[in-house]
Amino acid sequence: MLNIDRNLFDIGRMDTLAMGDTPLHHLDPRAKLMTTLAFIVAVVSFGKYELSAMIPFFIFPLAQIAKGDLPFMYLLRKVMIVAPFALFIGIFNPLIDRETLFRLGSIHISGGWISYLSILMRFALTVMAALTLIALTGFNTVCLALEKLGVPRPFVVQLLFLYRYLFVLTDEAARLARARSLRVFESNGMGFKPFASMVGHLLLRTLDRAQRIHIAMCCRGFEGHIPILRPMRFGIREIRYMTFWAMVFALLRFYNLPMQMGLLITRLFT
Amino acid sequence: MSHHTIDAKDLHYIYPDGTAGLNGISFHIGHGESVALVGANGAGKSTLLMHLNGCLTATQGGLSIGGYPVTAKNLKIVRRSVGMVFQDPDDQLFMPTVFDDVAFGPLNLGFPVAEVEHKVMQALETVGASHLCKRPPYKLSGGEKRAVAIAAVLSMSPDILVMDEPSANLDPRARRRLIALLKTFEHTKIIATHDLDMAMELCQRTIVLHQGMITADGPTIGIFQDDALLADSGLEKPLGIQNCPRCGNRCTG
Repeated sequence: MLNIDRNLFDIGRMDTLAMGDTPLHHLDPRAKLMTTLAFIVAVVSFGKYELSAMIPFFIFPLAQIAKGDLPFMYLLRKVMIVAPFALFIGIFNPLIDRETLFRLGSIHISGGWISYLSILMRFALTVMAALTLIALTGFNTVCLALEKLGVPRPFVVQLLFLYRYLFVLTDEAARLARARSLRVFESNGMGFKPFASMVGHLLLRTLDRAQRIHIAMCCRGFEGHIPILRPMRFGIREIRYMTFWAMVFALLRFYNLPMQMGLLITRLFT
Repeated sequence: MSHHTIDAKDLHYIYPDGTAGLNGISFHIGHGESVALVGANGAGKSTLLMHLNGCLTATQGGLSIGGYPVTAKNLKIVRRSVGMVFQDPDDQLFMPTVFDDVAFGPLNLGFPVAEVEHKVMQALETVGASHLCKRPPYKLSGGEKRAVAIAAVLSMSPDILVMDEPSANLDPRARRRLIALLKTFEHTKIIATHDLDMAMELCQRTIVLHQGMITADGPTIGIFQDDALLADSGLEKPLGIQNCPRCGNRCTG
């Protein structure tokens, strides 16, 4: 049951990373957010069987990690945690799409395998980019940037509250789970039944807490609008950062660099 | 508002499920008074506190704060003048960082930005928590959370401070620090608590609640020496005025 606690500390570490002191950390969050979105759009817009053209895109998350002084292995582990999700999304591709695309010696590589690998690569790229964004900026600041960019307020407030109370909720869940495990002993602890009631309890407690929070907000003058003071400055550095990466993405999106290089090398040797 | 007073006249409150929360409560609390609200669990302390800022409305009787009756029309004035510190700081600290949280009230009240920043830092300094201003609330210790929750209320410059169990879940040193801090406040204070020793230190006057009714209202020291009254209200003498647990004698030192 300590697992829940450990994961909780792990989420908190992202916030610690966001307090770093590199030029990338100080960049206006809107610039980082929009660049990351452009990156994701560029990666996702590739065709179903594209693989090689996506490889150079790793330069973006890797450059951010290097420049932002982020721990690579830690972020890689985070990507791995979400990986099963992507693994299952594409798992049937190789079975359904059996048409051979090309051969490696006597091995026939089907379209399904290529599109599966393509899904996995897209997943690795986009998740890594999103994680570096949060590690460089902090979840709350990303939310504020969303709001400044015109995302509807209720949506942003939902995200802020989700992040704030995630910790409180996991804490409560961990306490319930611990209380159960301490009284299970050797038996199976009545199977799944206690978990059903635990989820119910959590829901009721959450509703109670939501009500108390609402009262606390009303006591301090809440009238449907959450004010946050956070001056943001969009200057020349932000424009430079965005233009540079936009050009890199455009170049990588429309020219298949690995293929061009491959062609160049084969031409040199033939 | 020149007088930070609270007047309750025959307050009754019945919960939607039919349970009676308050059964006819009347009192007057004067400007600058510090009053302890004590009583067993379920005596009606929290229900009464909820009335003070208009979160609950009495089914019968009336309440006025600084001369303003607590009605939907006056809600803003009342909430502006009554600062409420909740029992669980996690309910009160809902913003992403300590600074944002302390700024929430003043910003809602429409103060200019520069003044908000000044008020926030001043409130944080008063409770000794200015170094925490950029931290997210979930990373604070219990004592720090309580201090920030108090700052979040102080930043609105309330006239009356209402606190629900301020010393609950604090370690002895944090509790001592809280008591020292509360002693410095000149606001009208209402403190609902089970910590009778703290009540003795902070409040000259005590109101005892039992089953939604006031069973005693008077000087704190007199009430806490009345064994029969305390027993009837489900309370016990504060440790500070009990006999010595080892020799059984009254300590005079």
